[in-house]
Amino acid sequence: MHRLDGGDAAVAERLKTAQMGRIRVLVAKPGLDGHDRGAKVVARALRDAGLEVIYAGLRQTPEMIVETALSEDVQVIGLSVLSGAHCELVSRVRELLDAEGLKQIRLVVGGTIPDADADRLRKQGVAAVFQPGASLEQIVAEVRKAGGLRA
Amino acid sequence: MTRRSLDSPATLSGLPVERIYPADAARLPEPPGEYPYTRGIHRTMYRGRLWTMRQFAGFSTPEETNERYRYLLAQGQTGLSVAFDLPTLMGYDADDPMAAGEVGKCGAPVSSLEDMEILFAGIPLGEVTVSMTINSPAAILWGMYLVVAEQQGVAWDRVAGTLQNDILKEYIAQKEYLYPPRPSMRLVTDTIEFGARHTPRFNPISISGYHIREAGSTAVQELAFTLRDGLEYVDWALARGLAIDEFAPRLSFFFNAHNDFFEEIAKFRAARRLWARLMRERYGAREERSWKLRFHAQTAGCSLTWQQPYNNVARTTFQALAAVLGGAQSLHTNSLDEAYALPSEHAVTLALRTQQVLAEESGVPADPDPLGGSGCLERLTDQMEAAAREYMDQIDRLGGMIPAIEQGFPQREIAEASYRYQRAIESGGKIVVGVNAFVSPEGESVDLLRVDQEAHSRQASRLARLRARRDRTRVEHALAALQGAARGSANTMPFILEAVRAYATVGEICRAFGEVFGSYQESCTV
Repeated sequence: MHRLDGGDAAVAERLKTAQMGRIRVLVAKPGLDGHDRGAKVVARALRDAGLEVIYAGLRQTPEMIVETALSEDVQVIGLSVLSGAHCELVSRVRELLDAEGLKQIRLVVGGTIPDADADRLRKQGVAAVFQPGASLEQIVAEVRKAGGLRA
Repeated sequence: MTRRSLDSPATLSGLPVERIYPADAARLPEPPGEYPYTRGIHRTMYRGRLWTMRQFAGFSTPEETNERYRYLLAQGQTGLSVAFDLPTLMGYDADDPMAAGEVGKCGAPVSSLEDMEILFAGIPLGEVTVSMTINSPAAILWGMYLVVAEQQGVAWDRVAGTLQNDILKEYIAQKEYLYPPRPSMRLVTDTIEFGARHTPRFNPISISGYHIREAGSTAVQELAFTLRDGLEYVDWALARGLAIDEFAPRLSFFFNAHNDFFEEIAKFRAARRLWARLMRERYGAREERSWKLRFHAQTAGCSLTWQQPYNNVARTTFQALAAVLGGAQSLHTNSLDEAYALPSEHAVTLALRTQQVLAEESGVPADPDPLGGSGCLERLTDQMEAAAREYMDQIDRLGGMIPAIEQGFPQREIAEASYRYQRAIESGGKIVVGVNAFVSPEGESVDLLRVDQEAHSRQASRLARLRARRDRTRVEHALAALQGAARGSANTMPFILEAVRAYATVGEICRAFGEVFGSYQESCTV
């Protein structure tokens, strides 16, 4: 786990960002897919836009993602999947979040996701789906919206 | 529309492009087929033999993938290239809980020798060359392939093809690693040594820049990191006691053919020149075959757009032309629908036809190197070579590629480059047709390949039947012997072959190695 804003004073930082009303977002890659170019670019863009980003990185099981979301107290989880396994993996994360009573945590998903699957994911309550070609500007705005703050 | 991107013309790597080059830039290098092979490794290039048309394919189940292979061969494709699914790439069997949702999604699932037998049923392995994209478990899948060849009655010294087996670029870019770098390098060295002794026509490794580029690197970084990885494999094989000319002729390479047309051609030429000199000067290789860099090229997947997908056909065509003008030995052209999903049969046929049109209609293959002596290209080749050397020296100073990887050096350089590239697109400084310019309000739809969940259950039940049927004692003995070999210093290939013949699975063999080698986790940085 790597905290983008740097490590030791994590708790103090969290209090501070909470007071400042900054959105905390977890960026993770569920499943076996190792293509992390997109996740890294997005994490950096969110950070540059002033959000607090927790980058969990590769090979996160849905269980690990939910646990991190809980302990890091995030408002938004961004999942990146380029392996075609998005429907299975994203549904599982949503189920686990709901089972933990974390309905308030919003999910956004990006990757090689065909239109039909994007619709399906939105119906399952995914706040935003970013298909190839989505702009960073659009992603930042949607994550802010999902986090409950105005862009 | 103003042409903002041409205000200060530069290549994608940032090398300057002059309005006009001085006469001395247009110096013609040595003829094709002569050291250091700037203009190609053969005297006649494609006049003698066309490049191999090799489309990367695999999905759903071994049966369906086998069908696609036969289709592609029937359409005039001249070689095969196996895409394995993510569980196989990561050393998990199809029935492993970690494989949930991923079986057959982005390649063919192969958990045991039985799956490999199905994958190549009816395909004569003595006649078709096969490339396999597999890295961490490469030695295991190669073992399965060799056993299937044996079953077909094809002697190992006749089997020809390529194993990707390039673990260093996994740590750098694609991230499909299992074990820490050093034991992984030992496995790679085992295959290089085994290949030098038993499979003289097989390339045990394909040192790959493709994935480095797809992860967002520049052309210069792709070239430098790939060749520096190559030197690392050479150093390990030499340390094993092999002589340079015993294995260097079978080292092969794999590069990306990206958008910047002349920079890409310059990259291929610089790669050949650099490698030839390194092999001859740094390692004292004496055989010409050791000096010659042979490479496969694939057009740039990351350049494909989701918007206006038919534009991708145009991109792929000129990227393929760059690979041909750059002297590639084999080529994969991407399909127009790959920003959405794995290619449909229709899309992959069009991609193959693109190569056939280039080969048969464009007239380009008639001249071994029609661009040699162009001021722009010769200058770019020199600049590309110098810039790559600088990076390689920097990695030498860090203590070699493994310490550089452990310090996150290539990873950081690539992440920086990819962020800069994305920002340039967002700001409009870099134009992508259909994405940030010439956009159309209406979407265009394409028919996509869909992989259902049935693949998973079919594979899992076949595996259950196999586990019940096979000789369990033989499997256990083979795995125990394999672990013994892993703990010692013997070449692991004979032990892998015995485990494979006993129908031990990819997951079982990978776990057995893992218990000895441990696992690897990168310290992730953004």
